[in-house]
Amino acid sequence: MTSNGVLQVVVFFLLIVLAARPFGVYMARVFSGEFAFLRAMERFFYRVVGVDANQEQHWTQYAGSLLSFSFVSFLFTYLLQRLQGVLPLNPAGFGTEVMTPELAFNTAVSFVTNTNWQAYGGESTMSYLVQMAALTVQNFASAAAGLAVAIALTRGFARQQASSIGNFWVDLTRGVLYVLLPLSVVGALFFCSQGVIQNLSAYTQVTTVEGRTQVIAQGPVASQEAIKMLGTNGGGFFNANSSHPFENPTPLTNLVQMLMIFVIPAGLTYTFGRMTGDQRQGWAIFSAMAVLFLAGVFVVYGMEQAGNPELARLGVVGGNMEGKEVRFGIAATALFATITTAASCGAVNGMHDSLTPLGGLVPLFNMQTGEVIFGGVGAGLYGVLLFAVLAVFIAGLMVGRTPEYLGKKIEGKEVKMAMLAMIATAAAILLFTAAGSVVGTGTLNNAGPHGFAEILYAYTSAAANNGSAFAGIGVNTPWYNVTLGIAMLVGRFFIIIPMLAVAGSLAAKKKLPVTTGTLPTHGPLFVTLLVGTIVIVGALTFFPALSLSPIAEHFLLLEGRLF
Amino acid sequence: MATSTLSQKRPLFDPEILGRAVRDSFVKLNPAQLLKNPVIFVVEAGAALSSVLLIRDAAMGTADVWFNLQITLWLWFTVLFANFAEAMAEARGKAQADTLRKTKSDSLAHRVTAKGAVEDVAASQLRAGDVVICEAGDTIPGDGEVIDGIATVDESVITGESAPVIRESGGDRSAVTGGTRVLSDQIRIRITSNPGETFLDRMIALVEGAERQKTPNEIALNILIAGLTLIFLLAVVTLQPFAQYSVNAAGTGTAPSVAVLVSLLVCLIPTTIGGLLSAIGIAGMDRVMQHNVLAMSGKAVEAAGDINTLLLDKTGTITIGNRQAVEFLPLAGVTDVELAEAAQLSSLADETPEGRSVVVLAKEKYGLRGRELAQHEATFVPFSAYTRMSGVDWNGGRLRKGATASIEQFVKEEGGSAPDQLRELAEGISRQGGTPLAVANGKRALGVIHLKDVVKGGMKERLAELRRMGISTVMITGDNPLTAAAIAAEAGVDNFLAQASPADKLNYIKREQAEGRLVAMTGDGTNDAPALAQADVGLAMNTGTMAAKEAGNMVDLDSNPTKLIEVVAIGKQLLITRGALTTFSIANDVAKYFAILPAMFMAIYPAMGQLNVMGLHNPKSAVLSAVIFNALIIIVLVPLALRGVKYRPDGAEALLRRNLLVYGLGGLIVPFPGIWLLDRLVYAMGLV
Amino acid sequence: MWTQMMPALRMTLLLTVLTGLIYPGAVTALCQALFPAQANGSLIVRNGKVIGSALIGQNFAGEGYFHPRPSAAGADGYDAAASGGSNLGPTSRKLMERVKQAKVAEGIEGPVPADLLTASGSGLDPHISPESAELQIARVAKARGMSFQAVAALVRQYTEDRDLGFLGEARVNVLLLNLALDEVRQ
Repeated sequence: MTSNGVLQVVVFFLLIVLAARPFGVYMARVFSGEFAFLRAMERFFYRVVGVDANQEQHWTQYAGSLLSFSFVSFLFTYLLQRLQGVLPLNPAGFGTEVMTPELAFNTAVSFVTNTNWQAYGGESTMSYLVQMAALTVQNFASAAAGLAVAIALTRGFARQQASSIGNFWVDLTRGVLYVLLPLSVVGALFFCSQGVIQNLSAYTQVTTVEGRTQVIAQGPVASQEAIKMLGTNGGGFFNANSSHPFENPTPLTNLVQMLMIFVIPAGLTYTFGRMTGDQRQGWAIFSAMAVLFLAGVFVVYGMEQAGNPELARLGVVGGNMEGKEVRFGIAATALFATITTAASCGAVNGMHDSLTPLGGLVPLFNMQTGEVIFGGVGAGLYGVLLFAVLAVFIAGLMVGRTPEYLGKKIEGKEVKMAMLAMIATAAAILLFTAAGSVVGTGTLNNAGPHGFAEILYAYTSAAANNGSAFAGIGVNTPWYNVTLGIAMLVGRFFIIIPMLAVAGSLAAKKKLPVTTGTLPTHGPLFVTLLVGTIVIVGALTFFPALSLSPIAEHFLLLEGRLF
Repeated sequence: MATSTLSQKRPLFDPEILGRAVRDSFVKLNPAQLLKNPVIFVVEAGAALSSVLLIRDAAMGTADVWFNLQITLWLWFTVLFANFAEAMAEARGKAQADTLRKTKSDSLAHRVTAKGAVEDVAASQLRAGDVVICEAGDTIPGDGEVIDGIATVDESVITGESAPVIRESGGDRSAVTGGTRVLSDQIRIRITSNPGETFLDRMIALVEGAERQKTPNEIALNILIAGLTLIFLLAVVTLQPFAQYSVNAAGTGTAPSVAVLVSLLVCLIPTTIGGLLSAIGIAGMDRVMQHNVLAMSGKAVEAAGDINTLLLDKTGTITIGNRQAVEFLPLAGVTDVELAEAAQLSSLADETPEGRSVVVLAKEKYGLRGRELAQHEATFVPFSAYTRMSGVDWNGGRLRKGATASIEQFVKEEGGSAPDQLRELAEGISRQGGTPLAVANGKRALGVIHLKDVVKGGMKERLAELRRMGISTVMITGDNPLTAAAIAAEAGVDNFLAQASPADKLNYIKREQAEGRLVAMTGDGTNDAPALAQADVGLAMNTGTMAAKEAGNMVDLDSNPTKLIEVVAIGKQLLITRGALTTFSIANDVAKYFAILPAMFMAIYPAMGQLNVMGLHNPKSAVLSAVIFNALIIIVLVPLALRGVKYRPDGAEALLRRNLLVYGLGGLIVPFPGIWLLDRLVYAMGLV
Repeated sequence: MWTQMMPALRMTLLLTVLTGLIYPGAVTALCQALFPAQANGSLIVRNGKVIGSALIGQNFAGEGYFHPRPSAAGADGYDAAASGGSNLGPTSRKLMERVKQAKVAEGIEGPVPADLLTASGSGLDPHISPESAELQIARVAKARGMSFQAVAALVRQYTEDRDLGFLGEARVNVLLLNLALDEVRQ
């Protein structure tokens, strides 16, 4: 590791620390309705949608609205893809032959669940209309839905003896209008100023200096790029995602992209503290995330900088650059890889498949622990609160009281819902990977343990709604399109619905007064506990699988074994 | 304190109990019974599976039968050990119940018929509403209420206290319990419970654990460990295809055998807490009983740990029952000695503890010897509710002591007038939490005696301890607010409820509960019953009325209100024990992974041997020692589960830090040397 | 859930109009007005013809040009309509072979900066590291008949520092450097 590399990590982290508070305050005020500068627009939305903004919902209604919205979004996205051949804004003339039903299903699920897993190569499959009216829309919608769930869960902690947790349509509208859209416009303009393209032109054919023909893909990239990051979506316009120079042309845009991934999730920890009335609680969660994040970054960075010993034997010096861009270098790529999997973003500025074994272990592990290190927009907060509930329940008993978190007793129902979410995602990852390791090995790009890692990574990424990949694996097959689609659905809704149930259950409870007998959940002790729970529970579930993939690969590489 | 059936100390591993528990461990192998314990059920299923495969392999002579046999045996041991833990906890209760049952002989009852005649019937024939007569030597045939007469009763069967208690009709001492014995006199009792529903019956059922239901926290914890079991099941089941893929990829080795996979599963699922969970709950109830408190449900014990507010009666709980004279405050122009002497003389015939304390104080402070006043030279005036004074007419003097207003009245009647100073002195004492007693000699007021409530020794420390635990204490007293405030400050309670009526208590509890607090209280009178029922933990005194005992969810057989504090500690200890063993159980898994995984995968990728950080001999010894460790740790922790982890009253932060260190970090570290040692052993013994 | 379908449908349509059409449309209009060059791909025009994009790498095989990194985009590399990396893992025999061949092809003995023998993530990496450029100076100078110093000076001139002095890595844009070389010849 170089001092300059470490400096980049530190500067990035400090910027996130600084951003958490203003963004957190802003979101808390937006979702409690304190801001009104877009009230007219909001009213227009409610009138058209046909909802009474003052009518709050019971958690079951809230969940019902969210499911309906996701379902309609899915249908809409599916149909637009299937019909792209007959719809306008399709200069490259992509038709239905590249857009099979399984691929359209997979992609629709992928964008509706905020996964943005891409079984397709954007520039070789999708029309501009689909990119904008289907995919970009879902980048906003799925992120705003996640944001809404996090806010609803926060209300569950903040309220007492309440029967409702907010109104989904209102939260969704506010998330889009006040948070995602304005920031995206600013982000898109900045990106374009740096070289990210934004046009509706046909692909440009050029004759290169040496006389070869090169077709340069074009498109409305900047607008999608901004929301891709801000909504922790990660679905790139191009196949190569943020490693593509048209998506991420300079180290500066790279920094801004990374900041855009983390800024809302980090801010939400502050929002959480503010809405529940104890800012220290928000910072405690932030700290736990920060510890895990920094640990992950330095593992990846260290391993990548150390490089591949086999390549070193061939005289290659300067770390592992396979799959990385020169302009970013090792530090900024390691940082990006950690961020994108810590959050449920899944955008990549380098190819994870080519990371060193332990460098690749961190992204896998980040996703398997549920992307709770700042995490996805909304998803990170409700994911980490799931762990907090478990941590408080297990260790909270050790202070001799029925465990409570933020004054709310953690009882059977909460534990049941948290476990349901944990089991569902573990099942989606492990069972599908098991099946994939039997029937899905035909399209692997690598042999040996790394091939297994490609399968494991795919289902992990799908179930965690991340979207990044060990991308060598060919996943545009009926088997992978369908099973990965199911894994994404499980990973999204088997967490959201239980967490909304928890929100409803908590909102109905009394808030117990804090005494010296109450488990303190704001100090270093709790942070340690939370980190320990996340790491140990994650490790226990996935250690067998990991030991046959990156861990085995690491030891084999040290012995010089190739596949 | 005497020892009752409940609180008798048995050694933890009493041979009788041990024998019974070992027997029961086998009975509990019945899968239908084990189904309610999902973790251990999975172990049993795994043991059964590997038994079947073992038989198959033995018949075909294929696999390594000797190794698989050992694994299978240890899997069965794991189930047995878990059963044993539960059986141990139950056996203690069962043994106690047997002892109690022996005291329940079917005696004859003298029933009074509708016509007033007395007939002898078997006690088991009695129904609620029957009236019986009991004489000295009779065993009271059922729970009831004294409707006529007064008697001394030996209640040692229930309370263990051999000193007889007085039971009389009317008031708060009218309840009698079936199975106790009348020592003197004769009483008429109206039976209040049907056979099989008496207090003694309920006590037997509770002690035996027959009606034991899982408490809310236990249910939640069960969900957690069942969920973890399911997750590990997924992890292990999918390991087979993962390993098969790896075998294909590496081109060497074999996928792990079923016996090894089952071993991994059993090691990973939380068998430690799964095996000990119900034992912890039963033992918690048992510990309450050892304090001679009968908890009506495990839920009540659990709730005790959650208590935020303790309502404590002032008299008898915070202060010793009686006030004592601590100071003489003479009026201007009166000497200390003169006042002391008058006070002493006026109290000579006063046999109340307060009166005696006046005599003692005069003697200690001024060397005034209590004089024997013969009847002929003095006329004693006893205390009456009408005059609210007592005293003596002697040697021409008319000495009186009593409430300030009464003495003022007396002085006026004698032709004098009490100076304002008398009232000022009296008020000063009230402000300090004392009770003033004015003293006069005829028309001359002399001064005031300061009677003071005396806070029990050690009470201040206990209350401070409660505060550290995050429990606020409220003193309930009939005193006026001024007095109450002073005593509250002296004892160090957080709050007080002065001039409290039973309705005030009830309202106070409701108010606390509305703010989300859990409240505990003690009570004995019938008018305490609504508050006892409302409180989250209501500890009724055994000396109290039946109504109070039924309203509360615990009965203290010693009738010691301070016991509430101990009950709270036991409740906390119960929860801590659960949390500690759960944490320990989960933390253990890390080491087991490091033992089993390299052993499993070394055949496929020899490089994985680098994960064998403990340096275990070979794959078989590694798996076997992990399984043995996993089984033995249950047995090792049985005493801890039964006794409960050590509880020190402390703030939550300190408790958590210590317990996390001991059970979290400890749980992480301990299995490493443990498995390493077992590996040396099984290897040295040539078992693998 | 079913009663929520109509609001869901209306919300989806509303968001499609706002975030799927108005938003990208408005951003396109703004970008085309404010940053037309960047918005259209930072294209480089020589003699009235577009010969590439300053941001997109292209193949150079001639001895007289600086060579870019190996590319996995498309069949022949640097296919700007099919971006992507090799996705070869660290224990890939194929990766080792490819690196070995690349080293032979570059004709370098001894240690090589990692970027010059490895494929980028996009397959369109326009840059090489200054060290990789340095390694090629001698070959380029010889092929072009230029002095080592002249070429080295150009390399220095086209070496971009880290952004803001600390972000990313220093780099040399291969296309721009090669165009500069050609201009020198003319």
